[in-house]
Amino acid sequence: MKGFYLLLVGVAVVGGGVLWYGSQRTPAPAPSAPVPVAATDGFRGYTMGSDSAPTEITEYSDFECPFCASFATVQMPVIREQLIATGKVRWRYRDFPLPTHAYSRYAALAAQCAGEQGKFWDMHDQLFTSHQWAQTGKNPRGVFRDFARGIGLDLDKYDACMDSQRYAGRIQASVQEGEARSVKGTPSFYVNGRPYQGRSASDDFKALVDSLTKKHK
Amino acid sequence: MIRRQAIVLLALVGLLVATYLWLYKIGVLGQLQCGTGSCEYVQTSRYAELLGVPVALYGVVGYATLLGLGLAGLQPAMASDRRVSVLLAALATVGFGFTLYLTAIELFVLHAICRWCVASAVIMTATWVLSLADLRRQASHAP
Repeated sequence: MKGFYLLLVGVAVVGGGVLWYGSQRTPAPAPSAPVPVAATDGFRGYTMGSDSAPTEITEYSDFECPFCASFATVQMPVIREQLIATGKVRWRYRDFPLPTHAYSRYAALAAQCAGEQGKFWDMHDQLFTSHQWAQTGKNPRGVFRDFARGIGLDLDKYDACMDSQRYAGRIQASVQEGEARSVKGTPSFYVNGRPYQGRSASDDFKALVDSLTKKHK
Repeated sequence: MIRRQAIVLLALVGLLVATYLWLYKIGVLGQLQCGTGSCEYVQTSRYAELLGVPVALYGVVGYATLLGLGLAGLQPAMASDRRVSVLLAALATVGFGFTLYLTAIELFVLHAICRWCVASAVIMTATWVLSLADLRRQASHAP
């Protein structure tokens, strides 16, 4: 009997040690990383602003990227107010999750699943404004689900969408589109189809859009 | 006695497996070592929670209870106590039923297999068989 208890202690110590070691290692890949297959639905990204706006700005962005979060929370509110709400600009968001980020594809998937219920931009804002999830290195599934609940999504539909990775193909197609356009980092912008090389600041965008609008007239 | 020892050993291993999955679920572990399986897909699906509680936590509680009960049943004073066998068999039957449900979800709903879940299913099935054998033996030795 003594030998049996020694065996139990041995199993407990080894098993506990493995669990402890695992908890000390840096977390790596995203939960249920979307399957990289090309989109077949011809989706070109969610847009904001008037369809008749003379200028279209396409943003390639990564939800886990700190620069993208900074842009979305500091510059984007001004751009929305001064350029999008005024009908000068239509903004198009394209996913470009960087391979170095563990959870950016998962976040993109969450945004797409919110978009399915007409709340892409609400989830976009949640993911960027509550960006702590991107700094913990921990599985953000629960956090994203809380975001989904917070913006009023039907959680059953959201779960089904996430479980099936329904829009993984869209995200991959967006990445391929970005690569074809030589996007190297995020955020990257294209103004009326041409690469934008200026600063990622609302003032600079406003100056460019105003100049384009004058030319248009 | 050998059956109860086997139950205790299995419950301990099952407890470690369930704890591993639970730690992943709550974000303590960032990655599951799964080889070519679909552990993360299964573990991040909505079926990995039941009534708002991670399924793995049910496993932790269940295996811990089996472990405690089995250890109690190994004590000389309780070695021939039929109530321990009944409790072990009842708990293992509930666990086995839950295992069948989860395995059906993997096979027929998610179409994905999590190796750690399979390991837990094998452990629980073996525990269930052993607990029934223990109960039968106690019944045959009843005064």
